[in-house]
Amino acid sequence: MTAVPAGVPAEAHGPARLARFDRVERLAHWLTALAFLVLVVTGAMLYVPALAAAVGRRALVERAHVDTGLALPLPLVVSLLGSWGRGLRADLRRLNRWSQLDRLWLGRVARGQRPRGLAAGKFNAGQKLNTAFTGGVMVVMLMTGAVMRWSYFWPLSWRTGATFVHDAVALAFTAVALGHVAMALSHPGALRSMFTGEVSRQWAERHAPLWLEEADGASRADGAGFR
Amino acid sequence: MVASTEDHGAPIGRRVVLGMLGLGAAGVVGGAPLVRAVGNFLRPLTANDPTGLSDLLPGAGAFRLYTVTSGFPIAPPAYRLVVDGLVDRPLSLSLADLEAMAPVHLVKPFQCVTGWRVPGVHWTGVALGHLLDLAGVAKAGRALRFESFDGVYTESLTLAQARRPDVVVAYRMLGAPLTREHGGPVRLYVAPMYGYKSIKWLQRISVVDRVEPGYWEHYGYAVDAWVGRSNGRSDPPIG
Repeated sequence: MTAVPAGVPAEAHGPARLARFDRVERLAHWLTALAFLVLVVTGAMLYVPALAAAVGRRALVERAHVDTGLALPLPLVVSLLGSWGRGLRADLRRLNRWSQLDRLWLGRVARGQRPRGLAAGKFNAGQKLNTAFTGGVMVVMLMTGAVMRWSYFWPLSWRTGATFVHDAVALAFTAVALGHVAMALSHPGALRSMFTGEVSRQWAERHAPLWLEEADGASRADGAGFR
Repeated sequence: MVASTEDHGAPIGRRVVLGMLGLGAAGVVGGAPLVRAVGNFLRPLTANDPTGLSDLLPGAGAFRLYTVTSGFPIAPPAYRLVVDGLVDRPLSLSLADLEAMAPVHLVKPFQCVTGWRVPGVHWTGVALGHLLDLAGVAKAGRALRFESFDGVYTESLTLAQARRPDVVVAYRMLGAPLTREHGGPVRLYVAPMYGYKSIKWLQRISVVDRVEPGYWEHYGYAVDAWVGRSNGRSDPPIG
């Protein structure tokens, strides 16, 4: 990295704002989030006895839960399919791969220490883990939900296991999703980027320095837009 | 598209997803023993938790409230339990009539065919056999057909099953009058069988000449629903 003389505006050595999420990614994120919200709320109405008794209308709630569950993967799948999904596919590739630094980062955070000096790329290890976990949740919930909904296709005893796994994963997911929301609320720059698609240069310097380096290299190389 | 510095490294994300898929599938196939183990593990916790919040953990042994209609039906204002069909003296009983009869108290588990089991439930009611004696079963009578005032649910028992001492027409449960959610004012409790035999919102008991499979039995559930010996399950029997 080249040294930047003090007092020079950020624009002098790169763009002040960086594109982080494109329109398709943001839309897919918020539609998936909405579906998950409906699923958690209707799921609680089916699962918590006091709520089930207060709400009633079980057949309707069940219908809403099952239909929303079946629709849950659609925003992601449709976003991934065509040329419009280039940004999402690129980000999923980044989220999938873990560098040595990512592992050290996660190990340090897991021990309650600050990951000082462990530079992250576009996504840090916590974000990578959250994405993978949420993807796993979608697959497992669809699978166990299908066993519960169409139980006559499978051995009856499978429904016991499916119910248990569905309930346990739902609780774990709710906890992780609340953590995700808490992190977003305590990191306004990251949250804003899921609305506007952009982050500031200062945000990238602090939270995604390797990505910023990469971006500056790319814009120097061809002057074109970078993602 | 610029080659990213992050295209390298182990594909941990994919491994997490596939690992969760594998664990989930194992949980589905091997679920019943797993649920029992979790229930036993959680019992000391749930038994000593005055808030009842730990009952919400999966496998902790709390009731789930199931219905097959769109809600919890409300009993008609002049609720009567009817005993008819192949009987000498048809009965039409109010809740007060049932409460005036000799009560039967049971403390027994409630086992659902979907896997959850609530240990040590207090039940109070009238022995079903006693009602049959009052009505007098005709010679041609072989079985019972039960109807719920939810308008949909039905169940069945043979006469021999119905006369077991642990089969009651219950009006109290969990130490209180039977709530609407649990099938109040009156439901059946068939201790040795899976919960779907214990019809909620009971309105009519008809003596018939052959077993007529009930609601869930049309969807493949066993008609003789002995706990641990039917429906491909191996739960501890309730004797």
